[in-house]
Amino acid sequence: MRNLLIFITKYNAFFLFLIFEIGALVIYVKYNSFQKATFINTANNVTGTLYSQVDELKGYLTLREVNDSLERENARLRNQLKASFYVDSISRHKVVDTTYKVQYQYVGAKVINNSINHRTNYITLNVGSNAGVAKGKGVICAAGVVGIVVFVSPHFCVVQSLLNKDTQISAMLADHKDIGSFKWGSDLDPTKGLLINVSNNAQPRIGEKVITTQYSLFPAGVMIGKVANLHAREGSTSLNLEVALSVDFSKLQYVYVVTNKFAAEQTGLEALQKKDE
Amino acid sequence: MSRTILINIIRFILLVFVQVFLLKNVTLYNLSTPYLYILFILLLPFGIPNFLLFVLALVLGLTVDAFYDTPGLHAAACVLLAFVRIQFINITVQKEGFDNEPEPTVSVMGFRWFFTYAIILTLIHHFFLFNLEVFRFSEIQYTLTRVLLSSVFTVFLMLISGLLFYRSRERK
Repeated sequence: MRNLLIFITKYNAFFLFLIFEIGALVIYVKYNSFQKATFINTANNVTGTLYSQVDELKGYLTLREVNDSLERENARLRNQLKASFYVDSISRHKVVDTTYKVQYQYVGAKVINNSINHRTNYITLNVGSNAGVAKGKGVICAAGVVGIVVFVSPHFCVVQSLLNKDTQISAMLADHKDIGSFKWGSDLDPTKGLLINVSNNAQPRIGEKVITTQYSLFPAGVMIGKVANLHAREGSTSLNLEVALSVDFSKLQYVYVVTNKFAAEQTGLEALQKKDE
Repeated sequence: MSRTILINIIRFILLVFVQVFLLKNVTLYNLSTPYLYILFILLLPFGIPNFLLFVLALVLGLTVDAFYDTPGLHAAACVLLAFVRIQFINITVQKEGFDNEPEPTVSVMGFRWFFTYAIILTLIHHFFLFNLEVFRFSEIQYTLTRVLLSSVFTVFLMLISGLLFYRSRERK
């Protein structure tokens, strides 16, 4: 027993190392499987507040670009206003009033922390559960899809960006409606992604738009990017296309969190069907 | 004693701030990412007890993890770094020759020793960090390139900061 104690004290560095290393690795592995079920992330109060303060400072540097993009979006939205259409019949009003129900709601948010050069990139937004944001909601911006909300605190939320090796969303080619799934490429390029598992019968062309499908948590038809290369990865049973992303993640400033009002109803219904089987 | 503690607390805060607000956004060609914050562990005094060293390494790692959204990743790498530091100092430095708790800085230990120390520890830390992050062997070539280039960047920044705070009269 005494010898054992002497042995342990002599090599204490090694045993301490083992204990601490195992502790750190347990945290690492646990976080991987439970999708951020821990307080150590940018949604907690200390880090979140610090990031939002620094971001306020940084915001001044890009005011001009943000103004430009907001102005462009304003113009686009103005084009969709009822006031800018000539009302040619009364029945048109009726159709609009009775058959449409709001399915998607948007909460505007500001990006307070963003990374593009890691394997798993996350974005922190300045809205949280107080503003109605919940886990699993989609995030888009004026230019296209941004990511999925994975963690929420009262005032902040963390978004798993498209530039994340775990992100995979349902997507299709705009013209031919061929469905595939979109994921980030393996070469860590923040401007490119892959559209994989597209049927071999599809005939995509370079420059064709890639948009979201109605199966995803995003509204159908939100832009993801444009086809840039028809043979991204050879040797697979389906087509794999390279997509140039439409969103410039390095300059992300303002985004919208999308709430699908029918999502709860839909998942509830689908759960019933599963129970039946 | 209290001066050493104060200096190290300031250094901790300063390095974490520089890392997460400045260097986090710096990447050269998607290959070279500096992790300067490990300088804190490198510069802790020689006389520090092993247990305290490991605790500080873990705390530093978790702090950086909190800002990087990667719980445990940097912590694991920092703990390994602390262990390598103990071994390296055991082999190369005789502890008896020192009084008033010196730190392994450029000004105390000289350029050659500090350079070797920084390079070896940085390489091991980065190698472990990047491989743990990627966690597969199929991209080993790409990962190793990132490890090497990032280490060069980190050591470069370390030497610059070492020269900034260089005090020539300290070594007698």
